[in-house]
Amino acid sequence: MQKNFTQLENFGHSLSAPSYLIQANIPEEIHEVFQLAKKMGITVTARGAGRSYNDAALNGGGIMLDMSGMNSITRWDKASGLVTAQPGATLEQLWQKVEPDGWWPPVVSGTMMTTLGGCLSANIHGKNNFKMGPIGEHVVEFTAVLPTGAEITCSPKKNADLFHAMISGLGMLGIFTSVTMQMKRIYSGLLSVDAFPVRNLHEHLASLLDGAPNHDYIVGWLDTIAAGNSLGRGQIHATRYLHEGEDPNPRETMKVKNQVLPPYVFGVFPKSILHYFMAPFVNNLGWWGVNTAKYIASLRKHTFRQSHAAFHFLLDYVPDWELSAGRGGLIQYQSFIPKETAEAAWTEMLKLSHKNRLPAYLGVTKRHRPDKFLLTHAVDGFSFAMDFKVTDRRREKLSAMLQEFDRIVIESGGRLYFAKNSETTAETALRFYGKETLDKFRKLKKRCDPNNLLESDLYRRVFGR
Amino acid sequence: MSDSPKPFDKTQDKPAQATPLNPRRRGIIIGASDGMGAALARKLTKEGYTLALIARRKDKLDSLCMEINSSLNEIRALAYVHDVANYNEVPALLRRVVADLGGLDLVVFMAGVNFPPGLNKYNFDGDRQMIEVNVIGAMAWLNPVAEMFQNAKAGQIVGIASVAGDRGRVGNPGYNTSKAALATYLEALRNRLTRYGVNVLTVKPGFVKTEMMKAAQGATPFAITPEKAVDDIYKAMRKRRQLIYTASIWRWIMLIIQHVPSVIFRRMSF
Repeated sequence: MQKNFTQLENFGHSLSAPSYLIQANIPEEIHEVFQLAKKMGITVTARGAGRSYNDAALNGGGIMLDMSGMNSITRWDKASGLVTAQPGATLEQLWQKVEPDGWWPPVVSGTMMTTLGGCLSANIHGKNNFKMGPIGEHVVEFTAVLPTGAEITCSPKKNADLFHAMISGLGMLGIFTSVTMQMKRIYSGLLSVDAFPVRNLHEHLASLLDGAPNHDYIVGWLDTIAAGNSLGRGQIHATRYLHEGEDPNPRETMKVKNQVLPPYVFGVFPKSILHYFMAPFVNNLGWWGVNTAKYIASLRKHTFRQSHAAFHFLLDYVPDWELSAGRGGLIQYQSFIPKETAEAAWTEMLKLSHKNRLPAYLGVTKRHRPDKFLLTHAVDGFSFAMDFKVTDRRREKLSAMLQEFDRIVIESGGRLYFAKNSETTAETALRFYGKETLDKFRKLKKRCDPNNLLESDLYRRVFGR
Repeated sequence: MSDSPKPFDKTQDKPAQATPLNPRRRGIIIGASDGMGAALARKLTKEGYTLALIARRKDKLDSLCMEINSSLNEIRALAYVHDVANYNEVPALLRRVVADLGGLDLVVFMAGVNFPPGLNKYNFDGDRQMIEVNVIGAMAWLNPVAEMFQNAKAGQIVGIASVAGDRGRVGNPGYNTSKAALATYLEALRNRLTRYGVNVLTVKPGFVKTEMMKAAQGATPFAITPEKAVDDIYKAMRKRRQLIYTASIWRWIMLIIQHVPSVIFRRMSF
């Protein structure tokens, strides 16, 4: 096994930490890494694509187990839609495998670069969370290696406690070695998207609430800079699958080549350099212009058809877009708040961000429902994700503001999400998870990992040493 | 969530995790218990570093850590007892320190001993200890650190050489040799590591008012306090300089001394 001391970053380039990087190619090597860690007296964290915004896949001074090499799709049954893959396989590999046969992953993130292992560990959701739940609800079975050396198989029936804890468990109970998931049948490579504007936060949330039952996906773009009567204005994309027969030529639209995102913007600019041109706009004035222009463009209410990939993987449109935030990188603050209290909470948060002159540069809203996983982030309500640019000058003020946000979220009965939030303290986590949940998690941790071999920077931040 | 900071918990033995909005620079000071090492520990923690402090004397180290952590009201200094001459301990200790700190941005090799044999006297034991600590100790620490930084393509190494290494003089051949060797070793590291984005700073102090200065025979011109010396070192670190003298006048003094022809120099009693 080769181990290299390597500086690793998070996706937002806002944090970096050096680790001994070791690649796992077969499950036996995971065992060996646990042995090595024990011998060296350091800890292990698994890393897939490194797409988390925070410190979930960082382990300063410890071992980073690179799982991206274990990335085969080992079995695909196009009759039943059951797929089995190794944890390093990405959503990109997955959809490209299943779509030509008329299936689609039931839950995907806003980027297709993420790995299955990472998706399960964070228990990611998509724009259909209100309907399909998180990705964990579509896992039929998984196998994993525990730090004790045990190899286990979990399903909703078998080892159900571990099934519901390892999915959402932030990689802290064991390392996935194989995942079997149920795909969803589709009848076209296209989706029907209704796009319409909403004038303020009240209308925004009401549209998500009312639109959800009649659609398969719903997502809002929120103009984070508009204030006053327009606070929370934006655009809703309410989307549904096409029924059988609606697409005259589904075989064609489901081909991977017809799903691929265009490589040029306006037909001329290669996208790979676009982030350089975005950078000058990533400041308060520039982003006011971008938001306003986008809102004006969104005033036209219309319905259009869009490929699955183009609809879901918005974040992959501009490669390396996160670099446009500059040297300090970017962080995301995503809060999940019950539908009864969300409007008041986000009104307060948006106003605070305006008062502090620290507006978010991107705001995205979604509709959610609760789930049964142990470290769940979902509530019966909405989520609102805000991207902030980090600069040396802003750090302290932004930090204080996010502390305020945390207070508002907790007081509103909300939750935070550990694929995204990077500033949440152990005290805050305790307040929204509750002591009972954390005790349960710790008990499982003790059972699966008595020597605390699995630890990430996130784990030490949120669950303590 | 409350406005007032949480009271400092002396039983909690690990520093807080870095976050994007509260980034932490992490450093190691080898030879931190008093003199310039302690002053640098106070300075760097005040400037936001979290430090592992390494020295032989546990009581001094503990009280320094306690002082720093109490004044900043959080864990910012961790103590590790270690004798630089125990070379075999280094790899495991370094690994542990890096894991405890959660990373590493800076290593300062400050450990140094001085045993003046007295004019026209010879003392092999003293000379040997000076080489063992000042030179081989530095190599034992900085070799693995250099390898880490080279792989990580980032980092900063600070080595405390001395004006005493710029010329071999009658007073203390062993000390002159140890500091000349250290300066050359640091230069070689610099030439290896600059291409990997690692900065190596050589510091050559003149007289600094510490325990060690008491060993110096004769006059101690331009003596500065340890606090002044570490201010100079910190400024040079921030600018990622290669070599500094502190006090800075020593650059000019040593320029002259280095150019004194041997035919004259060997007749001097200085």
